[in-house]
Parts: sequence; C-alpha cells; structure tokens
Amino acid sequence: MQEGRVLSTREVNRDLLRSILDTPRWFWPVVTVLGLILLIAAIAVGIMVNRGLGVTGLNRPVAWGFFITNFVFWIGISHAGVMLSAILRLAKAEWRRPATRAAEVLTLFSLMTAMVMPIVHTGRPWRILYWVFPYDFARGIWPNIRTPLVWDPSAILTYLTSSTLFVAIALIPDFAVLRDHTTGIAHRVYSVLAMGWEGNARQWKLQIVAGVLLSALILPVFVSVHSIVSWDFGMAVAVKSWHSTVFAPYFVVGAVHSGVSAVAFALILLRWCYGWQDYIRHEHIDALGRLLIVVATGWFYFLVMEILFGMYGREADELMVRQTQFTYWPYNFWFILFVITTYFIPVALWLSRAWRRNLWIMSIACISVNVGMWLERFLIIVPGLINKQLFTFVWADYRPSIFEYIIIGSTFALVTMLMLLFSRVFPLVPLYDVKEGDVLKTQVQIGRRTVPATFRED
Amino acid sequence: MVTSRIDHKWGMVVDLDRCNGCQACVIACQVENNIPINDKNAFLQNRAYEWIRVERYWEGEYPNIKARFIPVMCQHCQDAPCEPVCPVFATYHNDEGLNVQIYNRCVGTRYCINNCPYQVRFFNYWHPNWPERMQNQLNPDVTVRTRGITEKCTFCIQRIRRGQLQVERRGGGELNDATLKSGNHMPACVQACPTNALTFGDQNDVHSPVQPYFEDVNRYNIHHEKERKTRGYRVLEEMNTRPNVIYLKKVDPNLDSSGGHHG
Repeated sequence: MQEGRVLSTREVNRDLLRSILDTPRWFWPVVTVLGLILLIAAIAVGIMVNRGLGVTGLNRPVAWGFFITNFVFWIGISHAGVMLSAILRLAKAEWRRPATRAAEVLTLFSLMTAMVMPIVHTGRPWRILYWVFPYDFARGIWPNIRTPLVWDPSAILTYLTSSTLFVAIALIPDFAVLRDHTTGIAHRVYSVLAMGWEGNARQWKLQIVAGVLLSALILPVFVSVHSIVSWDFGMAVAVKSWHSTVFAPYFVVGAVHSGVSAVAFALILLRWCYGWQDYIRHEHIDALGRLLIVVATGWFYFLVMEILFGMYGREADELMVRQTQFTYWPYNFWFILFVITTYFIPVALWLSRAWRRNLWIMSIACISVNVGMWLERFLIIVPGLINKQLFTFVWADYRPSIFEYIIIGSTFALVTMLMLLFSRVFPLVPLYDVKEGDVLKTQVQIGRRTVPATFRED
Repeated sequence: MVTSRIDHKWGMVVDLDRCNGCQACVIACQVENNIPINDKNAFLQNRAYEWIRVERYWEGEYPNIKARFIPVMCQHCQDAPCEPVCPVFATYHNDEGLNVQIYNRCVGTRYCINNCPYQVRFFNYWHPNWPERMQNQLNPDVTVRTRGITEKCTFCIQRIRRGQLQVERRGGGELNDATLKSGNHMPACVQACPTNALTFGDQNDVHSPVQPYFEDVNRYNIHHEKERKTRGYRVLEEMNTRPNVIYLKKVDPNLDSSGGHHG
C-alpha cells in the first residue's frame, strides 16, 4: 500500500549515498557558519568557567535555569530514537523504515548535547568526573546513589551505549555498500567498519536478531531515561510544584511528543537537502503526524492532570507557583504560548490529511511543538523556584544573561552540525532497510484481490 | 591523647519573644565565618550571602501594625532534604547532629539549594573578594570558600571543635552550657545576641537550657502541637525535616484575637 516508485537497488544506492559520495555546494558554508556559532559558544563557556557562574542570570532561589531547561529538552528530543526504531519495529509499523536511522542518530547527538548542559551548569565542571564515575577509591567516597543526579548519568550513559549499538548494527550492511562504492582510504576505513560483511544468509540473520533483541532490551531504557530525568524534579521535596508523582509519565510522553516532532522536521529537512523525495515520502510524514496526534493528546491529558493535582492539594506555596505561571508577566504570556504551540496549533494542523502531507505546514507544526516543549520545561523549572516556599523574603525573579542565550542557541547548532557531518560519512537513511521494505511491499494475489503483502521480520 | 568522645547533639532555641531584629547576629556571622561582603551588586543580583538572616514581616492593619522578626539560619535538619540529593556527599550529617558541608567535595550542582525548604544554602557565583585593608580580619579557623561551591551555616563548627579541644581533650570534663559560655564556644550569633534570643546547647545534656524545649517538641509532634507545654515549634514542621532549631512563639498580650496569628 506504499506510495512511490519501485526503485532498483542500484538507484537506491545512488540516491542514498549521494550525501556521502558527493558534497553538496551548500555543505561546507553551512558547516562553517555552525562552527562559528560553536566557537562563540565555546568562548562563552570559557569565560563562564573562568569567571564563575556569576555571568549567568542565576540567583538565590533560582539556582537552576536555562541550562537545566535545555538539558531536559534535549533528553526529550532523544526519545524519538527508541520510539521510532524499537517500538515501531516491534510493532511492525512499515512506514518507520526511512525514519529510523535519522531518529537514532538524532538520539545520539541530542543525548551528547544534553550531557554537556549539566556539566557546564555546575560550579566546578572540572571536578564533575567524580560525580559521574566512582574513580576516587582512595578516599573511600563513592557517588551518593540516593540522588537523582547519580541516576541521571547512569540512565543517560546506558541509553547512549544502547543507541550507539543500535546505530552501529544497523549500519553494518550499509558500510558494506559504501566499501564497494569507494576507493582509497575511505575504502579501507569502510572495510574495517563493515566487519567483513558479505550479505550471506547467516550474517543477515545475526544482524536482524541483534536488531530485534536490542529493540526489546532498549524498551526499559525508553521508559526509564526520562522518568529519571523527571525525578530530578519529582524528588525535590522543597519545591512544591516539582514534588509530584505524575512527572515521570508526563515527561516521558512529552519527550516522545517533542522527539518525534523533531525527527519529522529533520526528515523534511533531509528530504529537501539531499533530494530524497523517493524515500522520505509524504506517507511517512503523514504517518508521523497521525502518531503525533495520539502522543500530543496523551501528553495534554498529563498536563491537565499535573495542574489539577497541584490545584487540588490547595497548598499555599503550590498555588503561588500556579499563580505565577498563569497570571504574572511574562510567565502568563509564555504559558499561553506554550499551551497553544504544544497542543492546539500542531494538533489542529495534523488533523487534516492534506495538511499532514503538506511539508511546509508539517514543518511549522513540528517546530511549534518544540518551541512549546522548551517553554514547558522552562515553566516547570523557573516559576517553581521563583516562589519556592513560604519564606517570601527570598523570592526573586530570573533574567537569563547573554551567556545563557548564546550557550543554549549553540546547542541547536551543535546538533545540526553533528547531524550534517554524520550524513557526510554515514547514510542517514538506511539503505538496506529501504530495500527490504521495497522487497516486502510487493503485492500478493489473494483470490481475486491484490493486497499488500504482510511480512514478518524473521 | 585521645579520650573517648562525648555524645553531643547540638541544638539551638530561638526565642522570638526576645528578638528585636537588631541584626547583630547577621554581622557576627559575617565576621566569624569569612562571608564575603554583601555589596550593592550582591543584593541587586539576588546573590547576597546571609547564613543567618532576620526576616521581617508586617502583621495587622494600621494603627495596630506590628513588625515580626524571625532569624533564619540553617536548621540542621535531622532528615535534611539537602543531604540525599548531593551526588558527591559534600553535605552529610555528622554524629553530633550537625548538617555539615565539605567545601572540597562540592562540585556545585546546586541541587541542595533547590531542595532546602528554608533557603539557607548559598552558592558562590563569584570568587569572593575583600578590600585590601580587610584581608587581615579574615578568621583563620574558617575556610575561605572559592567560587562554584555551596556554603551554609555550620553552627560555627570551628568554635565547637575548639571547645572540644580545649575542654574535653584537655580533661576539663564535658562541653556543657557553662563551658560553652565561659570559653565562647557557642556560635557567633548566639554570642552576639544582645537580648539572648538565641540559645545554643547540647540536646543530650539534661542540664542544658535547650534540652526541655527539644524534649517537649519531640514528644508532641505536629499532630499534638496543642499539647506542648512550651512555646516551642519548628519552622515548616509539616515537612517533617525535624530541624535541630526550635523557635519559641512570640508572647503578645495585646494581640488582637481576630487579626493575624502568632508568628
């Protein structure tokens, strides 16, 4: 039932390796601009480390601000990887095929970017090693396993490892194709990476078994990573609006919401950049849109629940936070913008089939979701801290400084640049998966009707 | 010569009836603990350091308006929310009931600051600076904290340690109320308080002036607050952090029964 032309293997190879075998004219200028942004950010981080966190807008009640917001945001984006590759693979959703690699790679890079955030936000980032790794045995001090800040690196590093394996295993057949298409040093490098792939039956079987196994094993990670990130807030007894049991599922669904939107937008960009119209087709974007309606609505339910729980308790300090979110400038503006951009604009756009297939409208919807989800984290973290407790004596507002804006902005440049550089070396749309889909989509005759063939991955 | 350790559990009682908001404790604390000088910028940036602060609240309507003062320092909670969230054990509970901060371990995640319901933890956003002429007034017994770490009230642990050294380890008996006072081993804020609103002592010592208050408040928890024999209560008691600081309610014979509540 898939649309689009049936392409020969040769055509698939030619089109999908285009990003590697020849460099588009825009590639290096774009990478240079992104690199310059990163250079500015590196200088900003350098100044911040050199002079202290005083250069940020953080203050006494608001000890966490933009950096942690951005950390949660990128962890959220990373959830698209498992969602698309593992869950849709196990659910046998056929339309996932071209999206899996991009989603997984986006997962890798957004996780790496996210991990930078809590490190630069600490007071003494050069000592962070002994927070994440229990290396200092001589002193007899191990990391405190009671804190979510130690669960975080464990969860994130587990996720990073399993995602890397996932990408690596899926890449092996594609490396073999690249090995056959290149010469010289590139040929030698791809030969090593292909690990002697010949495409025989045994190798395919092992590759598929490994993929399915990893899909299943990665599922707990899918639930746990963002749950644990949410516990950074949920475990904080002193911040009333954070101390909520609904945070784990709320954050996980929100992560899928923003992550899948980001992947849809990345796919549209890739299609436009590299001319992959035959591979990233309207039906794929359409399917992502339909999935997102469900995810967004689930997320909206949790949003309403979270506010409802907060109001229901009628604790003065929690109500104060809600009052800040709903009525105080500028948080009331951000709150309205957040609800509209995260739910009402995108879902309204996704409801129409024609609009789901319009890439411009789809892009707007996906960007809108991510603007809203960034604001969501900001609105959870900052108003919660501004009016943290009943001691009104120490309330204060938060004005992020230029350093924070630069560093936050650069994370987007970093992920984009890593994605572009990756696409220069590795195929961002899995060749073998697309070919497999092409083989499997041939139609079969049942009685007098022609129906799409169903198939199993075994 | 190491003698056997005496089992202390330090505590403080703050009598709000005696506090007149003079801020002498704040100044004594700044001087004793090498706290950077809070200049105008520190307040404008909301980054002032006040290990002990005197909060002022207005109560009632004109002309029956009253200023209420409450000194807030680290409550040294027995179930401190700041302790379990530190990834590097920079803050932990020692065996004398104190919540202590180890500056060398701190990496500055600021999670403890978020998780402190009393807002008494302070982050060094800038490197602390003193004017040249004030360098010599720094207390040699107290670490000067670098930027990027969290600090807070220690109950002047350097004074307690000095007391233990001078009294207990030299065979002078126990560090009790009398020896604390005679050697100035109580916290600087307690020493400086002109109205004796602050009392410091050992909860385990039956002769200590703080002991009856702790016993009373511990016996009748928040659900039996009405049965307490003393005026003692703990701040944010409903959070069950079990602070080692007890406040005594203000006695106000002229308080209008319809307006406001005891602070």
